[in-house]
Amino acid sequence: MKTINETTLPSVVESGGVRESAASAARRDAWTRRLPLLPALIYVFLVTQIPFVLTIYYSFFSWNLLKPGSFRFAGLDNFAALLTNGSIRTAVANTVILTVCVITISVVLGLAVAMLLNSEVFGKGLMRTLMIAPFLIMPTAGALIWKDTLLNPLFGLLPYLLSPFGLGRLDWVNRFPMATVVAVEVWRWTPFMMLIILAGLQSQNPEILEAARVDGANALQSFRRITLPLVRPFIELGALLGSLFVVQTYDSIYFLTFGGPGEDTTNIPFLLYIVGPGGGYNIGQASTIGVVAVIITIIVATFALRTLFSIFRVEARR
Amino acid sequence: MRVTLTANRSKVLWSVVGWLVVFVFFFPVLWMWLEGLKTEPQAASSPPTILFVPTLAEFREVLSGDFPPFFINSAVASIGSTLLVLVLGLPAAYALAIRPVKRARDVLFFFISTRFLPFAASLIPLYLLARDLKLLDNIFALVIIYTTINLPLGVWLLRSFLLEIPNDLFEAARVDGAGFRHEVLRIVVPLIAPGLAATSLICLIFSWNEFFYAVNVTTSVAATAPVFLVSFISGRGLFYAKLAAAATLASLPVLLAGWIAQKQLIRGLTMGAVK
Repeated sequence: MKTINETTLPSVVESGGVRESAASAARRDAWTRRLPLLPALIYVFLVTQIPFVLTIYYSFFSWNLLKPGSFRFAGLDNFAALLTNGSIRTAVANTVILTVCVITISVVLGLAVAMLLNSEVFGKGLMRTLMIAPFLIMPTAGALIWKDTLLNPLFGLLPYLLSPFGLGRLDWVNRFPMATVVAVEVWRWTPFMMLIILAGLQSQNPEILEAARVDGANALQSFRRITLPLVRPFIELGALLGSLFVVQTYDSIYFLTFGGPGEDTTNIPFLLYIVGPGGGYNIGQASTIGVVAVIITIIVATFALRTLFSIFRVEARR
Repeated sequence: MRVTLTANRSKVLWSVVGWLVVFVFFFPVLWMWLEGLKTEPQAASSPPTILFVPTLAEFREVLSGDFPPFFINSAVASIGSTLLVLVLGLPAAYALAIRPVKRARDVLFFFISTRFLPFAASLIPLYLLARDLKLLDNIFALVIIYTTINLPLGVWLLRSFLLEIPNDLFEAARVDGAGFRHEVLRIVVPLIAPGLAATSLICLIFSWNEFFYAVNVTTSVAATAPVFLVSFISGRGLFYAKLAAAATLASLPVLLAGWIAQKQLIRGLTMGAVK
């Protein structure tokens, strides 16, 4: 907003000097440059920043929509309640577990599949086409299919296929709720990682690998020394973008477990839903959870990922 | 001779491994299609029915039932917000790439930081605002929200495409005295047609599949396809074939669009970083 104020005022000042007219021309130029940007900038500012500030504001108030007239200043009560209430700790832990598991597994699998699709195989194009389908399928539809037609203990395909191994009729969703959510999310995000890493692999010059092979490098050595350093930025990009999405996982939890059993799969977005529009209508508490979500996102986006990447770097150097 | 033989053998081996992996990942999608082509008793049988005569009965049932309005809502919200993103995003991208404003980098990072603000951080105020403006269960609220979600992505993507246009073209146009509008309509739009396609595709995918806001600010009139699927969660009856048919239809537009535009998909998903 500061940049706009700088230029709005003086443009009306009339003066005959060459320097002034040059300055006003510069100002006019700055404005013609800025003008196309403004609608989008103002739109985004209005619809993202104001609600965000309001979320922080509401987090200091006690307000339940079901109780008219309950709006009153509460100071840090909501935050104190969150600290003493176990729900938020469970939700934070579940969010971290879910994100770390999904991203780690889908990066490893995505790298493996990308390398398969980058090697000499039959039907590469069709393989890639089929492989990206899980990412394109509507997440709510995918979760439903997993829950009701693949994992259903009575009629599902998987319990049937596993029955010779003594695992038949096992209710996967209820016995292993978090593992089920992780599995479905990995199914969805592996294609995403694969696409990005494959793009990295395809930018590799095959002659370098060939030269390494001639020089006596084995497959593992050339993977570690040549391929991995090359695709590392692509892995980082995939993991970074992926984790910013996975932190917000909501659809598959809603459809697979509805946060349960108990709070076993309740993550932050789902807790906010339960406390707020999903039944509690506790605006103050829900806003406080929203503030916590922002903090968690910032932490995930910086700290955790940096750690993850330093592991990759150490691996690559060995 | 020997070398080519082992090379061929390893190609066959890796192809088999690759196809097995792809089959595992694709199988749930295939199973969804198959279940949708069954009758209800076939879909709810133990052991599962593998061989059957396909029928479109459940697809017909879904299409003649209460599904179409949800599908149309999804289309309105997705297409409406995508158009808004292009209208607002293209000039903004122009101001960040072709004739950049001061501190264009900061503006760019402001845009993208808003994309990764958690949905949870703005749901409550948007919910209250929609309620006060009588926009709860109104498709217009979803258009506004999806535009907000996709605009930062759109600006980044369009900018990355604009940067690829050679500068000479603009200079030549300016020498000829062409104005801003002429520049955009005659030079920018034709040259970044692939960019517009990639941006539209990504916006469509994200808004078509979006569920968090949809389920929270709509109930029935403006509810979208993902919300329609909620009615299948409770295991009241055994509607697995109908469920699969509905899931197939709901997923179809994005699946087809993504398959057709695979190249744009990669670029879009990485916000233009990977070409």
